[in-house]
Amino acid sequence: MATSVSIRDLSLNFGAVKVLEKLNIEVEQGEFIVLLGPSGCGKSTLLNCIAGLLDVSDGQIFISGKNVTWDEPKDRGIGMVFQSYALYPQMTVERNLSFGLRVARMPSAEVDARVKRASEILQIEPLLKRRPVELAGGQRQRVAIGRALVRDVDVFLFDEPLSNLDAKLRSDLRVEIKRLHQRLKNTMIYVTHDQVEAMTLADRIAIMRDGVIQQLADPHTIYNKPDNLFVAGFIGSPSMNFVKGTLKGSDFTVAGSTLSLAGYGFKAPASGEAILGIRPEHIAIHDDARKMPIALETEIEIVEPMGADTVAWGKIGGQQVSLRTSADVTIKPGDRVLMGFDPARGSVFDAASGQRL
Amino acid sequence: MTTMTMGAGDPRGPKPKRMTASRIGVYAFLIISALFFLTPLWVMLVTSFKTMDEVRQGFLFNWPANFTFDPWIKAWDTACTGRYCDGLKPGFWNSVKITLLSVPVSIVVAMINGYALSFWRYKGSELLFSVLVFGAFVPYQVVIYPLIIGMSKVGLFATLPGIVIVHTIFGMPILTLLYRNYFAALPSELFKAGRVDGAGFWGIFFRIMLPMSVPVSIVAVILQTTGIWNDFLFGLVFAGRENMPMTVQLNNIVQTTTGIREYNVNMAATILTAAVPLVVYFVSGKWFVRGIAAGAVKG
Repeated sequence: MATSVSIRDLSLNFGAVKVLEKLNIEVEQGEFIVLLGPSGCGKSTLLNCIAGLLDVSDGQIFISGKNVTWDEPKDRGIGMVFQSYALYPQMTVERNLSFGLRVARMPSAEVDARVKRASEILQIEPLLKRRPVELAGGQRQRVAIGRALVRDVDVFLFDEPLSNLDAKLRSDLRVEIKRLHQRLKNTMIYVTHDQVEAMTLADRIAIMRDGVIQQLADPHTIYNKPDNLFVAGFIGSPSMNFVKGTLKGSDFTVAGSTLSLAGYGFKAPASGEAILGIRPEHIAIHDDARKMPIALETEIEIVEPMGADTVAWGKIGGQQVSLRTSADVTIKPGDRVLMGFDPARGSVFDAASGQRL
Repeated sequence: MTTMTMGAGDPRGPKPKRMTASRIGVYAFLIISALFFLTPLWVMLVTSFKTMDEVRQGFLFNWPANFTFDPWIKAWDTACTGRYCDGLKPGFWNSVKITLLSVPVSIVVAMINGYALSFWRYKGSELLFSVLVFGAFVPYQVVIYPLIIGMSKVGLFATLPGIVIVHTIFGMPILTLLYRNYFAALPSELFKAGRVDGAGFWGIFFRIMLPMSVPVSIVAVILQTTGIWNDFLFGLVFAGRENMPMTVQLNNIVQTTTGIREYNVNMAATILTAAVPLVVYFVSGKWFVRGIAAGAVKG
């Protein structure tokens, strides 16, 4: 597959502050990439650089094989959708959609055809004569997506497009964006701080912190084999349990008791201070725990019923861990239960560097 | 659970409003203050409808015994300023000319300034803005003399374009501040969307920002219209004999040293001069408040 967007050694400084540092990403044609990270990690800044709304300090940006580093946003072959919708309030939906085309002095027959097509795809035809103030939040965001759609571009950029919507609308529109991507097969770069959006939409997720990409991989890998402590802690809710201990060969010692991590695929033999990461849903209790390579007894302190499942809090070597179990399992505070897990599904990190071992 | 007893005195529904002593005091104070500040206006009005004979009798607050419009007609048409006896009329039309030209010119300049300073930031644009706003604190008197020299060097001293330029310059700090803050409060994503859509500096200005700046522009028009109409100093210094605004002419009528002081004519002339800004305030007061508040409302 051809490369659609290529970012090479991209750096951006505001004075002495390094916002982005030597960033490299290759985005395939038709790929859905999500830039995920906490606020201030530089993900929106990166998107603005790709869009051409910010001048870069160093590096190059290629879109569809063309070096666009110095090009104006309109010449880059991109469409952009913003968090606040950024619809022009004094124009009707139709004028909003066609604004870019009219600026480019496109023949009106062509403009009409494109507006018609985009409004059909997004099902906003009945709204064409209305103004943005007369629209609900979800409708506004559809129009904003439509404005990118009519430009007929190769690359779509989304800057937290669903963050201003309520939970219900957010999941509805999320599905719709996914459907849109499957239908149009455009390259999409999507910025969000919502891990559910990232996991559900992305072909690949780039997790960013402090202007550096921590891990770029498909959602499954990101979730199950996080490269470092930051990625492991950022993805997943409730978040991954971290148990501090000492590693010697495949023996992990925590508070005097030793757990054998024999099934774990170490990248290289390691020893020293380490952190064992286990996802709450990978911890089994009661009978299921007996089948696990590692099983130990704990006292349950807190139980949080979530509806679909139940989260309970116990301890490993005096350190708090959460476990997620079926809502049908009866479990209450004060119970002594057996819990077990498979080290092959866990993650081990070097305590000092935070890197996966 | 215990059952609650519902007595007649139990609070329910809107809280009743009571007239307390302190409230009566507040109203009394407000009414007295209003009357106090209205007294001069009352004296002006009744005097302007009196004949000079009646004015000389000295009953300042009395309703005119012989109601007459003559002072008004004289003030407008035949009152003398020095050698000319055309009344306020030419001054009025000069003021109309100056205001009609200066208001749009100064607002357009400030609008473009504010737009550029909030969206097209560059190195030093914040500094330029600070310098501009600092201009609002410079006393006019300090710059008048250098400005006279400068204007006469380029041949604009005592001309209509000259006075328009002066008003534009002195309106710039406060208007630029007004517009910059208004534009800065708009979501910057709107500007980014415009750029992605391919609009340039002027495209975004005319097609996106200008239509959105109606509320703040109403404020600007009111500020500038009243400010420029009421201006005396610049009109006196920079307008020249041909374009003397109404305020300057009013001063000349009132301050004239020849003949008797015609208080009734002076009062009528003053009210005529103040009429335009007063009308602007009364007509647009509602819009003014809306425009000031508009910045706080999200699109």
